[in-house]
Order: sequence, then structure tokens, then C-alpha cells
Amino acid sequence: MTLKQYFKDIFTGVKSLATGMRVTGGYFLRHHKEKITEQYPDNRDKLVLAERFRGEVVMTHDDNNEHACTGCTACELACPNGTIKIITKFDMTPEGKKKKALDTFIYHLELCTMCNLCVEACPTSAITMAPTFEHSVFDRSQLIKKLNKPGSKIREGVE
Amino acid sequence: MYRETDIIQTIPGTDEMVINVGPQHPSTHGVLHLVITIDGETVKKVEPHLGYIHRSIEKMCESLSYRQFIYTTSRMDYLSAHINNHACALAVEQAMGIEVPLRAQYIRVVMDELTRIASHCLWWGSVAMDCGAVTPFFLAFREREMINTIMEETCGARLTMNYMVPGGVMFDLHPNFQRDTKTFLAHFRSKIDEYDELVTGNIIFQNRLKGTGYISKADAISYGCTGPTARGSGVSCDVRKWYPYEVYQQVQFDEILETAGDSFARYLVRLAELRQSISIIEQLIDEIPAGEFQAKTKAVLKPPKGEFYSRVETARGELGVYIVSEGGTTPYRIKFRSPGFSNLSALDHMVRGQKIGDLVAIMGTLDLVIPDIDR
Ligand code: SF4
Ligand code: SF4
Repeated sequence: MTLKQYFKDIFTGVKSLATGMRVTGGYFLRHHKEKITEQYPDNRDKLVLAERFRGEVVMTHDDNNEHACTGCTACELACPNGTIKIITKFDMTPEGKKKKALDTFIYHLELCTMCNLCVEACPTSAITMAPTFEHSVFDRSQLIKKLNKPGSKIREGVE
Repeated sequence: MYRETDIIQTIPGTDEMVINVGPQHPSTHGVLHLVITIDGETVKKVEPHLGYIHRSIEKMCESLSYRQFIYTTSRMDYLSAHINNHACALAVEQAMGIEVPLRAQYIRVVMDELTRIASHCLWWGSVAMDCGAVTPFFLAFREREMINTIMEETCGARLTMNYMVPGGVMFDLHPNFQRDTKTFLAHFRSKIDEYDELVTGNIIFQNRLKGTGYISKADAISYGCTGPTARGSGVSCDVRKWYPYEVYQQVQFDEILETAGDSFARYLVRLAELRQSISIIEQLIDEIPAGEFQAKTKAVLKPPKGEFYSRVETARGELGVYIVSEGGTTPYRIKFRSPGFSNLSALDHMVRGQKIGDLVAIMGTLDLVIPDIDR
């Protein structure tokens, strides 16, 4: 290496470092204007989650405490993890016929991968994904949920 | 011989020593276990030991239906979740003879390229961190966060999307998608130049990468390297160019090739690919045609008896999905050819004779994602 090359290397080296320092220096001076990190529990109130965000499976109930689930088990079959268990019962129709209906919709949140396949499979759109994410509990058994509300029944006209 | 339980062991009669890096080592970016033989500071041999994150995905897929198995592939190379899902969807579509609507094809390609940008961003931050720079990691995550927000809005998830389904995509684009994507691209264009100023030109970074981790073109081919790892050695292997799928045939982009074959060449390839991805998205984002986003398919997919193979270019290289069908509702056998596994096998060749301090930097330029290697 010639002496000239040696000094040239030092010069380009220092110059490249200065270029990088300019970028970081720029951020040092501007950082209070473009803050992008948010501290999590502090921003809880203004946290906006996308409406499609898949956080957990819920069953939609209307004001009369009625849902649209017929107990057809299509979602149970579509689920890759065995997260859903449908227990059905037989209701009596006014005409005195037996009719299959949903008894309990058991949902294992701890097994769910939020893949949305059950929601896609449901023919009556009885279940949806809810944009929630704070699922931690102290005991695993609390993650096993019953999705149909107590006393709820199927909406009129849903087949 | 060494025993794995021994952290350091000397080999009698020589100056050589065997040490374990990992499986819980921050610089391996995952649970990768490397058994290294060193002589002083020179690496003599590197032996990757796998199995710490084996989830038996291929076996699991055999008991899942053709719709269900796709979600597991998001958990392989979790940084290219979209592209993995895409490969599976392509294989199933090929088996079933499903015609994908044009709108879905556009959406898929745009999503793939966004994923590639996010993945390369994360890689850029982590390779700089492997060489000792901390700031780039935060800058890269800032850009990646924008993509994650876009993904969250349209796909409903940030990392394991499960958005590509046989026949198209799961939901239609969110009304804000095009606007947000364009805002992101405009923002990102200026930031790439910042990346160059901060890291690419940096003399320390260049000295760390230039001339280390060399692999020749012939060796890259014989180790089965793909993706930016192989293209850094001048192997033309971009699946998007050679075997175009979806609408890649219609878009103009260059396959980035570098011939130096060292770590810095691999770095340059990925950085240039970021620019190519921007240009691909820009060409497509305004052209997305109206129409269906998902083809009508039967509820239960039953492909005919036979073997089906599809390949895509993920952020790390070529991903192949091989399905053997017996005509039932579940696959008889599924095999994934993951890019990380072959790229890792070349590590030993690249590192031999180098200093141990360079090992981490070389590994960084391979962009290893361990769950992809060890499925
Ligand atoms: S989101 Fe997926 S894993 Fe969860 S219950 Fe539905 S189908 Fe099962
Ligand atoms: S939620 Fe939908 S798919 Fe599941 S049992 Fe009820 S109606 Fe059937």
C-alpha cells in the first residue's frame, strides 16, 4: 500500500462515518417531532385496532339475545385444531316435531390460531372475529369459553 | 469426538477446540445450534445441529384438509408468511384446476412484494446489528411497522396472515389499501437512500463484509443455494423470472445479480431487491382490476390422484411445495423445499478459514429464519 493510498483510505473512511453521523444526527435533532414509538399500557385508551383484526372468535347476539347458529358443526369441521366443540340438543317445534338446535358452543381460546377458517365456513355468519388482544388470564381453564350467551336462542327464520 | 453437553472441549494432539454456539444465542436469530471447531481464532468447521424447533409440519399436514394445511406454512418462514401461503394455494389450485380471478392475482403479487420489503427491512436491521450497529434496527422496524399496519387492515393479522386461500384471497382489499400503500412507497423511497448513507457506505460495515463468506458460483449451485444468497454469487435463479406465476410475466423488473460472491454482494442484492419490489408494486397498485377476489370452489377439496408441485420466490429463495394426492380429502404426503435449509448447508463452506468474529456477520447475510430450516 502506498502512502497516498493510506491517506486516501483514512479520508474516505472518515467521510463515510460523517455521512452516517449526519443521518443519526438529523434524527437526534428532529426526534421529538416524529416520535413513532408508543408505550403500551399508556396508549390503551386511544389504541385503534383494525376492524378486521383477528383476536378471538365471538358469536354475535342481537338485542333480543338471539344468535344465528343452527348447530350445523361446519365450523367445527373447518377448524384445523379442534378448537370448537358444538353440543346440540333437540328442540320441539310448535308443530310437535323435533328440531336440532345449538346447546353449547365451546371455544378453546388457548388452541385457536386465529386462522378465520371457521368464520369462512359458517353458512349463516353466526360467528365473527373480534379485534381484542388482551387475553392473558391466571388460569388456563378460564380460556375455555362458551360463546352462546345463557338463555339465548336462534333467531327466527334462520335455517 | 465431542459430546454436545460439553460447552468447550479441546481435541487432544492439536490446538483445536470445539465450542457450541447456540441453541440460545442471540446472534443466531433463533434456536440454531452450531458446533464450531476452531484453531485459535480461525474457524475450521461448522456443523449446524437442527431439531430444536421441529414441529413436524409436514406430518401434521397429512391429517389436515387442503384448506386447513395452508395456515401451518405461515409458521415456517414467518417473515414470508404470505409467500408461503401463496405457494400452497398455487399447488392446490394446480391440483384442482382452479382458475384464479385476475383481481386476486394482482392482490397476491402486491401482497407478496410488500412481504418481501418487510422481510428485507428486518434483515437489513438485523445484519447491521450483527455487525455492531444498533440504530439501523430501529429504522428498519419503523418501515416494517407501516407494512404491518397495512397488512393488519386488509388481512386481519400482522404476521401469520393466512390470507391466500385456494381460489384467491380471503377478503377483498380494504378501501384504504391503495392509498396507504402509495403513502408507504413514497415514504420508503426516501428512506432507502438513508439506509445507503447510514450502512452501505459505512467503512466499518464494508470492511466487515467485503471479502468474507465467499462462495463461488459453482459451489452456490452445488449446495443448492437460492434467492439472494445465490444471486450474490451470480447464479440466475429468480423463480419470478424463470417460472413466472400469477402476473409476474406482465411486470417489468430486473433480476439482481452480483458476481463478487462475498457477504457484501449478498447485502447489495437484497438492498437492490427492495427497490425492485417498490417498482413492481408501483406498476400494479393502480391497475388492480375490478371483479371477484375469490373463485367459486367446492366446500370440500378433493384433488385427483397424482403429484403436484409449485414453486415461488420467497424473500429467502425458492420455496417448493410438493403434494402427493391419493384422491382423498387430505394429502397423502406434503414436502416443503425450504430455501433456508439449503442456504444454511453452505455456511460451513463459507466460514471455513475465516475468523470466528466474522461467523455472525456471514450468517447474517444468509438471512436465516430458523423455523423455515427446521420445520
Ligand atoms: S380461527 Fe381457526 S383455529 Fe380458531 S376456531 Fe376458527 S378455525 Fe379454529
Ligand atoms: S357457528 Fe355457523 S358453522 Fe358453526 S355450528 Fe353455528 S351455524 Fe354452523
